[in-house]
Amino acid sequence: MSAVWNELWPYFVLILVGYLPNEIWRVLGLVLARGLDEDSEMVVWSRAVATAILAGVIAKLILFSTGALNAIPLWVRVTAAVCGFAVFLAVKRSVFVGVVAGELALLIGGFLFAS
Amino acid sequence: MSAPAKFPSSAAAFFSGVTKAWTSAFFLVLAGTYIGIGALAHGFGVGAAWLTLSTLLVWAAPAQVILISALGANAPLLEVALAVTLSAIRLFPMVVALLPLLRGERTQLRDLLLPTHFTSVSMWVESLRLLPAVPREHRIAYCNGLSVGYMGTAASFGVVGYYLAGELPPLLAGALLFLTPMSFLMSTARNARLMVDRLALVLGLLGGIVLAANHVQFDLMWTGFGGGTLAYVVHRLREAAA
Repeated sequence: MSAVWNELWPYFVLILVGYLPNEIWRVLGLVLARGLDEDSEMVVWSRAVATAILAGVIAKLILFSTGALNAIPLWVRVTAAVCGFAVFLAVKRSVFVGVVAGELALLIGGFLFAS
Repeated sequence: MSAPAKFPSSAAAFFSGVTKAWTSAFFLVLAGTYIGIGALAHGFGVGAAWLTLSTLLVWAAPAQVILISALGANAPLLEVALAVTLSAIRLFPMVVALLPLLRGERTQLRDLLLPTHFTSVSMWVESLRLLPAVPREHRIAYCNGLSVGYMGTAASFGVVGYYLAGELPPLLAGALLFLTPMSFLMSTARNARLMVDRLALVLGLLGGIVLAANHVQFDLMWTGFGGGTLAYVVHRLREAAA
């Protein structure tokens, strides 16, 4: 019984803290989809909260990296992110070009200064 | 390239949607993002089957990144659920804006269940662009095909990233893990056209650093609520002053 439970536990967690808290907003949209436009104050605020939380995740992934990324020095990671973002801004906000530039900077820095 | 104006059947509309997904600009973005998420899942010790199921069920890259990184770091389940739900609020206005395009005279609620679940940034942006040229009776089939095309792409490349991360030399594996924060940073910055969104992005970056460095509990939740609300208040004050 407990072996089965240990197997199933990660999937139970996925449903409980991944699927349900995410899906509820889609279902609410389906049920309440009347007369709410993109410029309403509620929508502006919720977009700001969602943007800030995502930015927090981005910062944590770069600064407090885990696994193979953590073997690359912190200053190389931050410099690569800044380089990538600068290129992104310079090249008409192309996500593709910006990501490639950031990755190249990371690879060069990681190759030269591996810890 | 716009969608053809007429389809002989719903199946034809569905497959036209699938093909459109595989030839659109989002194909590359999704492939890169999910290779990164696959590498992330590998790094945090999550299984490949679990990753694939999370792509099918959650189907929102930001929520999946939060879920994988927070669960992998043994964050309290309540905090994970709160962070996921805060990141998902944006799905609500997207569904609200999409459904009027799909609804016809004889459309029933159950016909809208799949498109509702499929709603995500990539599918939403492309649907709003392409659906007006599709005859109304075939829009749901077309939209489902588009979504299945995107979801299949994401699930496949997630598995590719997962196994690549285990096989590659450390530096390249590190570069794969770097894909997620990079592609998220820039796609979020590109979507942030208004001052309030840009401010929220900057405050979220700073808040994430400061709170995580000080080991504040529920750091992501505070970053989201605090940074987002502060950005919103500044936006209202500026509007009032203007």
